[in-house]
Amino acid sequence: MSASLLASAGVSAIQLGAAVAGGPLLYGLMAKVRARAEGRAGAPVRQPLLDLWKLLGKERIHAGYSSVVLPLAPLVLIASTAAAVVIAPLVSTGPALGRTSDAFVMVFLLLLGSVAVALAGLDAGTAFGGMGASRAMTIGALAEPALLVALLALSIQAGTSNLPGIVSATLAHPGWVATPERVLALAALVIVVLAEAGRIPVDNPSTHLELTMIHEAMILEYAGPELALVTLGGMMRLGLLLSLLSNLFFPWGIAAMGSIPRLVLGLTVLAAKTGAIAGVIAVAEVSAAKLRLFRVPEILSAAFVLSVLAVVTGLVLP
Amino acid sequence: MSAALFLGALGLGAAGSLAGAALPPRARGGVAALLTAGACTAAFAAAARVLASGVTVTASSAQILPLTGATLSLDPLGAVFVITAAVVGAAASCYAVGYAARGGGSRAATGLLPLFVTSLLLVPAAASITTFMAAWELMALSSLLLLLTGHRRREARDAAQWYAVMTHAGAAAILLALVLLGAHAGGQSFAAIQAHAGGIPPAVRSLAFVLALAGFGSKAGAVPLHVWLPRAHPEAPGPVSALMSGAMVNLGVYGIVRTGDGLLGGGELWWWLAVAGLGVASALFGGIHAAASADLKRLLAYSTVDNMGLVLTGVGAAGALAVTGHRVPAALAMIAALFQLVNHSAFKGCLFLAAGSVQRAAGTRDLDSLGGLLRRLPVTTTLFGIGALSICALPPFSGFASEWLLLQGFLRGFTAHGAATATALLAGVAALALTGGLTAAAFVKAFGIGFLGQPRTPSAAAAGEVGPAMLAGTAMLAVPCLVLGVVPGAVVPLLARAAGTALGRPVAGGAVPDPLRAGASLAIAGSTDVIQPALLAAVLLAGLVLAWGLVRLRARAGAERGHRARRAEAWGCGRELQTARMQYTATSFAEPLQRVFDDVLRPDRDLDVSHLAESRYFEQAVTYRSRIDDAVERGAYRPLIAGVRRWGEVARRAQNGSVHRYLAYGFAALVILLVVLA
Repeated sequence: MSASLLASAGVSAIQLGAAVAGGPLLYGLMAKVRARAEGRAGAPVRQPLLDLWKLLGKERIHAGYSSVVLPLAPLVLIASTAAAVVIAPLVSTGPALGRTSDAFVMVFLLLLGSVAVALAGLDAGTAFGGMGASRAMTIGALAEPALLVALLALSIQAGTSNLPGIVSATLAHPGWVATPERVLALAALVIVVLAEAGRIPVDNPSTHLELTMIHEAMILEYAGPELALVTLGGMMRLGLLLSLLSNLFFPWGIAAMGSIPRLVLGLTVLAAKTGAIAGVIAVAEVSAAKLRLFRVPEILSAAFVLSVLAVVTGLVLP
Repeated sequence: MSAALFLGALGLGAAGSLAGAALPPRARGGVAALLTAGACTAAFAAAARVLASGVTVTASSAQILPLTGATLSLDPLGAVFVITAAVVGAAASCYAVGYAARGGGSRAATGLLPLFVTSLLLVPAAASITTFMAAWELMALSSLLLLLTGHRRREARDAAQWYAVMTHAGAAAILLALVLLGAHAGGQSFAAIQAHAGGIPPAVRSLAFVLALAGFGSKAGAVPLHVWLPRAHPEAPGPVSALMSGAMVNLGVYGIVRTGDGLLGGGELWWWLAVAGLGVASALFGGIHAAASADLKRLLAYSTVDNMGLVLTGVGAAGALAVTGHRVPAALAMIAALFQLVNHSAFKGCLFLAAGSVQRAAGTRDLDSLGGLLRRLPVTTTLFGIGALSICALPPFSGFASEWLLLQGFLRGFTAHGAATATALLAGVAALALTGGLTAAAFVKAFGIGFLGQPRTPSAAAAGEVGPAMLAGTAMLAVPCLVLGVVPGAVVPLLARAAGTALGRPVAGGAVPDPLRAGASLAIAGSTDVIQPALLAAVLLAGLVLAWGLVRLRARAGAERGHRARRAEAWGCGRELQTARMQYTATSFAEPLQRVFDDVLRPDRDLDVSHLAESRYFEQAVTYRSRIDDAVERGAYRPLIAGVRRWGEVARRAQNGSVHRYLAYGFAALVILLVVLA
């Protein structure tokens, strides 16, 4: 009992480390791929990590009218994302507290981080912060139903909403990968992940014009270590979402139980899978433009319709 | 013992009402509150004993009501509603002491509040048609009069008018339904109706259920019968709006469950699909309006419509699953619905009390005139924050546990094959998911605009923290938000017992297996699905501490810098000037969502641009007005009212006040009668 407990704690520690280091690296990789596709050399892949380390050592500066919410929000974002990373089936299907790793819990944990950052956006009492918070909550409100219903489609198929359970069930039934409900749910989830992670076509993380910002506008008042935390939180979320996407729909390579060579293999395969997805997204971003804000609800409702269709197909088809 | 306790509670409540009305002004508030709190404690104890033992207690008296006598019976289902009413009632009466202190508590207000609380305790225990209707009317009238204590304001008078009409139309429908059942069953006690329900013709049963659904649904704020709710709840005084939203709307749900599942013993599938449909419509409509509203208490009222919609969806799903024979998922959905209802009482009561404090302190409940209250009212802000986190279903607060359970109830239901049920369940999940996001947007707006940033008006800047009685009352409801979230296992087994009573058969330990195991975790029986909220809370707390430690460690390594953060001007595109007017307002925050849901909200927009006399290329002033009325009210009720008024005009032509004409009418009527009878 205690040996397996130790093993699952080890899995969780590896996953947390992978998210803390891997999130920024994934971000750097996407920036690199974009730069190459645009014909530039680009910064090294490890650049985001260096930036974060530098920011952590800087002075703490708070904007004029901000309250305790401003410094607290990054901590809540990191804590909620870390909790999600610790319990999710990323490297292995047996992380610590894996029993409690429920698909719906994951949604509410992500929402906790989003709400914290949105409140921080309103805390300094500026126009840009409010604008960002308003837009982010609008997009979040429309992305959440698609996310929940798509996860419901997977849960109905697997007979459980436990994420390691869904992953194991997919491993046991390889044929599920190509079922219509899976394909529809995948399409819905891809759109939702792009929206939740603030990527093109919903948001542009590298914009410098305040009026076009969503996530960046919310965190405009952050500086120094708090900026580092809030940025790291966003990067960890991106890593988590891409890893979950790859493991839910293509789980092969994930370690069943915690022997060290298997975990190393699991980590390598996970890095390869998420790296590949990130590369594809980066290439797609180069050739796509950000949508106008009021067109975003349209693609999100498309995602919602796809997810509902996924549930209906799953119920109608044998 | 329980019966004596419960009767004692009712006596204390009546004494509180008398004390509130009769004592001199200085003493009346405190004594009435003390007696009401005593009544709530006794009722809580009695109901808790019933719930813990599962034994129904009854009491009856031939003297209290003329002709029929009064019959009381408290079973586990009713006990859940008594407990929620008792907790909200105790908190509201404690709060009322402080609320009245500065506003000058009128004799009517202090006398009626205990009466309202007592009637809320009485309704779930009433066990005959006459007792039930007497308690129901006592509740309606005392709350109506409490609403009218603000009669100097036009809005309050309007709200009272809507409330009076809707609640009495509802009461008429309920009375008709119960009398129909009583007449066919040959007895007016609920036990007699339940015993003979099988012999009642199906058409009569369905008619009675539809009537009861309309009457109780209106009380629960089900769209399209909700129109009184977003008017009455905001206009009522602070403690009364908390009681209305936290306890009174629950009794609408109680009525539907009691009539459909209890008295009629299940009934037909389409009944429950109708309940679920009403629930989905209410959840969506309420959620969208809450997200768009800029008035703090109106936002809370619409969010009540939304939450009651979710509860009704759960009740509908439970009923549909039970009727089709899927008892385990039905019990799960019913437990989830009851849990959501109990949690809603706690967080909405807390939020309404905190909103009342804001209104008292800043003199307004318009979010666009508030701001920066975190500095001025730190405790109230914290309590509002706990309620807001809870209603957004964020872990580890209470809304999270109940919404998860509701989702699990829906998920288990999908194993039950049947196109109609599956469609209802899918609609339920979609409504739950959409309102989840909308609620988060609404409460980020309420908290972020109202309590963070800079004050937008001088009155908001001058607001001061409210007194200890009001804070204590609000805190009494904030504590359950956290406790029920971290250890849901403490109450869920009791709710399972109540759900068993509701569905007419014991679930725990009976023929039907327990649908879930609740302890430190909530685990769905027969599957791997489980949440461990306490553990999750610990992980979150550990993450918080670790991240904080990381910042501290690196800051210390970064040499000589001080630990205190430096203050700097916020970014304004290079302009070093930041005024309160530059902040986002609640209206602008809600604008994108309002645009998305334009078809539901149908806002009135008015843009006035006036140009300078010298050149029309230069604008002198721009005025923008936006108003969101209830589309259901405008589309369905206004034409109805206009029609009634037109009929009134027509009827008036026949009545011009002339005695000769009335004599002629009398003569004509006599002649017609003679002709017909002859």
